[in-house]
Amino acid sequence: MQFMLFFASEHEVGAPEVDMPAWQAYFGALGQAGVIVSAARLNKIETATTVRIRAGERIVEDGPFADTRERLGGYVVIDVADLDSALDWATRCPGAKEGSVEVRPVMMAQ
Amino acid sequence: MTQGAKPTRAALELVARASYGRLVALLARGQGDIATAEDALGAALISALEDWPVNGIPQNPEGWLLTTARRRALNVYRHHGVRDGAQVTLELLNTAPEEVRVLPDRRLELLFVCAHPAIDAGARTPLMLQSVLGLSAVRIAQAFQVPVPAMSQRLVRAKSRIRHAGIRFREVEEVDLRDRLPPVLDAVYAAFGQAWEQPEVSLVQEAVFLADLITTQLPDEPEAQGLLALMCHVEARRAARRVGGTFVPLDQQDVTLWSDKLIRRAELALTQAAKVGAPGRYQTEAAIQSVHAGRMHGTVDHAALVTLHEVLLHIAPSLGAQVSMAAALAQAGRVADALTQIDTIPANRAAGFQPYWAARAEILRRFNRDREAYDAYTTAIALAPDVAVKSYLTAQRNRLSVRLS
Repeated sequence: MQFMLFFASEHEVGAPEVDMPAWQAYFGALGQAGVIVSAARLNKIETATTVRIRAGERIVEDGPFADTRERLGGYVVIDVADLDSALDWATRCPGAKEGSVEVRPVMMAQ
Repeated sequence: MTQGAKPTRAALELVARASYGRLVALLARGQGDIATAEDALGAALISALEDWPVNGIPQNPEGWLLTTARRRALNVYRHHGVRDGAQVTLELLNTAPEEVRVLPDRRLELLFVCAHPAIDAGARTPLMLQSVLGLSAVRIAQAFQVPVPAMSQRLVRAKSRIRHAGIRFREVEEVDLRDRLPPVLDAVYAAFGQAWEQPEVSLVQEAVFLADLITTQLPDEPEAQGLLALMCHVEARRAARRVGGTFVPLDQQDVTLWSDKLIRRAELALTQAAKVGAPGRYQTEAAIQSVHAGRMHGTVDHAALVTLHEVLLHIAPSLGAQVSMAAALAQAGRVADALTQIDTIPANRAAGFQPYWAARAEILRRFNRDREAYDAYTTAIALAPDVAVKSYLTAQRNRLSVRLS
């Protein structure tokens, strides 16, 4: 099954709360386990732009879609047996200490 | 040769009741799909009602139901274009029907799925009751005193979540019991406590059945044994607790009304638990009940009770544990300590907690603080769950030297 783990945190890369070596080690472990389908680190929150169409009008906003303290910083899609395996990986992720990690199954084409 | 409908129905009911949970567990595990498993099994039971009177009751009724249900589930998956259809086919048609002499018991795995941390706590007990014991949403709603549609919705959502969020059955050997067993036990205990006072809708039998199932499969898990012991001890005293509609407190109960059989079962479980040497909340609570049961053979060791309550308070601090501690101190004659203990509980925390007020009233009485005791009794009476308890507390209040002016 494929699961997306997305990392949300108040802290951006470069902040002292973000443990870069731990992140590198984490991705190293994911790579070694051979479970990565795809992954990306997103650019800083200031670079986000949100698009909506309301009443036929396009509205473009400076900033992310959700006005929360924890902001999306990146994701990894992994291919593992079940939710428990995905949760194990989420638990090991530095993102779980620095913020939150959401785990959601990816819908597969039938 | 036609067997006739009546013997079929009787045979079917027997098989269904004994095998329901086992069959659901086997059918659900491949896809983590409890809902389809239940539907498929339901359809198989209906098929049996039609087929068995005509073709005779099969040699292996369980096997027949399993195969029929599997075929049905397979059709459902094919119809919905479930991915990896070939794999599903192989899994589902893995065993030849008549070869299945004794169905493997995967109910423990099913219990772990129902109590998975990713499942909302409020859904775990209902899920277990429905999928392992086949209880209807109506029956469960009654016990939990919620409207039937709300309970049905809760069950539907939970099963959907198991399937779609990716919760899958795992072999028990792969499960981290330290992590995953406590929520299973808590969910079973929640069933036990639910509507305990209302035998018509209570889930006591179901809870004991589940605890028994767990201890049979995990005999070396001390907390599971502890839970079973606790429930058996509590249940053993049911007949003595209400006599002719009157509430009888523990220390005044007629021990001849206690169930020997249940007490022995409880003690057996506690002995098993003690061998492991890993104390825990349920074992401690069971040990407390065991000391109370000692009244059958003489007096109750109050000092031991105080020690056990201290242990419980340390392992599983809760409002209930704090209040019980105070009550135990009072019973042991350590009234000053009892007062100190009950005073440590902030009144706003205890506001709606009936046992706090009943215990407080009792303790204050011993200090001849009758005015305060009177008020505490009044609150306890107002919060009391039923008429019998209200009467008892009212009688206690009437013994005070103070009267409502």
